[in-house]
Amino acid sequence: MTRRLRWLAPALVAAVVGCGGGDTARTTEAPPANAADFLYDGNEIPEHAPARFGFGSEASEARVALWDIDVRPDGVGLPPGQGSVSEGRDVYNIHCVACHGPTGTEGPNDRLVDSEQWDDVPTTRTVGNYWPYATTLYSYIRKAMPQLTPGILTEDQVYAVIAYILYMNEIVPEDAVMNAETLPAVVMPARDKFVMDDRTGGTGVVR
Amino acid sequence: MSGSDRPKLSRRAWITTTSGAVAAGLVHTQADALRLVAEELPQQVADPTRVPGRFVSEIGSRAPAEQPRRLLRAQALSSSSRTPLADLMGVITPSDLHFERHHGGIPNIAFENHELLVHGMVDRPTVFRMSDLMRYPQVSRIRFLECSGNGGGVYSRTRMPTDVTVQQMDGLLSTSEWTGVPVSTILREVGVRPGASWILAEGGDSAVLARSVPLDKVMDDSILAYGQNGERLRPEQGYPLRLFNPGYEGNTSVKWLRRIEVTDQPTHTREETSKYTDPLGDGTVRQFSLTMDAKSVITFPSFPYALPEQGWWELRGLAWSGRGRITRVEVSTNGGRSWVDADLQGPILPKSTVRFRHLFDWRGEDTIIMSRATDETGYVQPTVQQLWEARGERTSYHQNHQRAWKIARTGEVTFGLGELV
Ligand code: HEC
Repeated sequence: MTRRLRWLAPALVAAVVGCGGGDTARTTEAPPANAADFLYDGNEIPEHAPARFGFGSEASEARVALWDIDVRPDGVGLPPGQGSVSEGRDVYNIHCVACHGPTGTEGPNDRLVDSEQWDDVPTTRTVGNYWPYATTLYSYIRKAMPQLTPGILTEDQVYAVIAYILYMNEIVPEDAVMNAETLPAVVMPARDKFVMDDRTGGTGVVR
Repeated sequence: MSGSDRPKLSRRAWITTTSGAVAAGLVHTQADALRLVAEELPQQVADPTRVPGRFVSEIGSRAPAEQPRRLLRAQALSSSSRTPLADLMGVITPSDLHFERHHGGIPNIAFENHELLVHGMVDRPTVFRMSDLMRYPQVSRIRFLECSGNGGGVYSRTRMPTDVTVQQMDGLLSTSEWTGVPVSTILREVGVRPGASWILAEGGDSAVLARSVPLDKVMDDSILAYGQNGERLRPEQGYPLRLFNPGYEGNTSVKWLRRIEVTDQPTHTREETSKYTDPLGDGTVRQFSLTMDAKSVITFPSFPYALPEQGWWELRGLAWSGRGRITRVEVSTNGGRSWVDADLQGPILPKSTVRFRHLFDWRGEDTIIMSRATDETGYVQPTVQQLWEARGERTSYHQNHQRAWKIARTGEVTFGLGELV
């Protein structure tokens, strides 16, 4: 008997008895406290399923490389290439300035620059005073910016515009060059402020 | 009788009177009459028992007078719309009213062309087409989805509104029956390597939005969803495929899912560093606050409703917890001085909204109504003061504190938390 039938069984038996039948319950197992939920907890795969179904096709290395475009804090995922602050100024003034303003503070969209640091509570949450990792800029800009033409920047241009944004935030000097070695090495001012979630459920706990 | 002073009957009413139809030469056979009736738009008539109704149709629609709407933020690529919670009954959100949050607009993806790449710390990097995914053993689950930004408008001590609707306040919440394949089934298929502890899920929209999710979580109960409320996903909900993480903040349930990378660390994407993090007021920022804590809200009566008269009214609302089942909802009809248990409408499903109700005899006095939920871990929905105490007043996500509505002597209902803080 499947699990579902097992909890239905007592009800079926009761119905039969009600019609004058003489069957007795074959199961002693009580239905789960909330029987309806029982139908929904089914993450496990059926017992007779094969070890592997084999649907889908093997992903070639080239295929993975094409889509694997995120970057980790340790720099894994960064492409070759490089860009300087001065190159980045040009990229910024062509591709970004309209939405983020001449100094990265005017908007109309997200403020990108604020080098003013904070102790207890941030007043703004920008690259300069809030972002814990500089590598995040690489994946984000490469994938999502400029917002109306995402993906148009070359790998060098992404490095360059990051160098310029970090420079405007007073995190790197004017002669900085960003590449796969230098970008993960940038220590962001707010890095150590980030802590893992410690909320739990439970009685009397508000975190 | 001239055309202009003919009585104003609808065409359908008119043609179905023999004299009118025959006189007009429109109707020769019964089929003609039926065709004309069917072509006619439905009219509201004084006596529907005297006029034949319309025919079957290939797709249904709401009664003309029932037109609930999502509430839109800016018309922009990165924007949101909110579910009209006060208009809904039970727990299921009609799919066309499910809240939206997109960062790069809604992409137009063909089901046949969509592919999911699963790679990283796996034995067999694999590309799945939708037809592949649909062959795997399927599950359906009723679960809520809530944006962790929900409720942000009612957290500020100095800007506590009175004229906020439940849709404006908490409309980034919806509940659906989600259908798909468990993530665990797909990860079993590709073989997760030892040492793996996170995944990165990435969308195929123009924001290529990505989130890191603990491997334990997705193995436990996440699904790759392709169905919602009995049909395929809506484009706004990630058609043709989304990750669905029950009980987690909505942003992690990545839509238009095209890639899962199995990793041994979180990737620290923009949406889990710059956004969806919580500065606690003590110099720290909480990160990966993924689970939605228990919460409840009274949806009726709520602003801008006004109770037209004293007497028996049923308070109705929703309660939910990302940590499991709701075990209790208490309501107060006197501003929190005393509480009684509300009735919970079964089945009480884990990580789903639950409908609660409480019959209340309003004697016409000024009062404040409130609700508070408890979940199966024993966690009780906190007061706003408790959240301020624990997290400071400058966080912008996870505002799950108790809500309150003030009922004035006139019957007018306004948001009432400001009265209590
Ligand atoms: C058409 C307007 C537009 C253009 C052009 C544009 N952006 Fe953006 N940018 C936005 C919007 C809107 C957001 C917020 C998106 C969201 O929250 O989903 C944003 C967000 C960002 C962020 C994240 C900010 C944060 O603190 O979270 C960065 C970094 C960024 N843009 C960099 C750039 C760069 C670099 C360029 C030029 C290469 C650029 N943007 C061009 C509109 C634009």
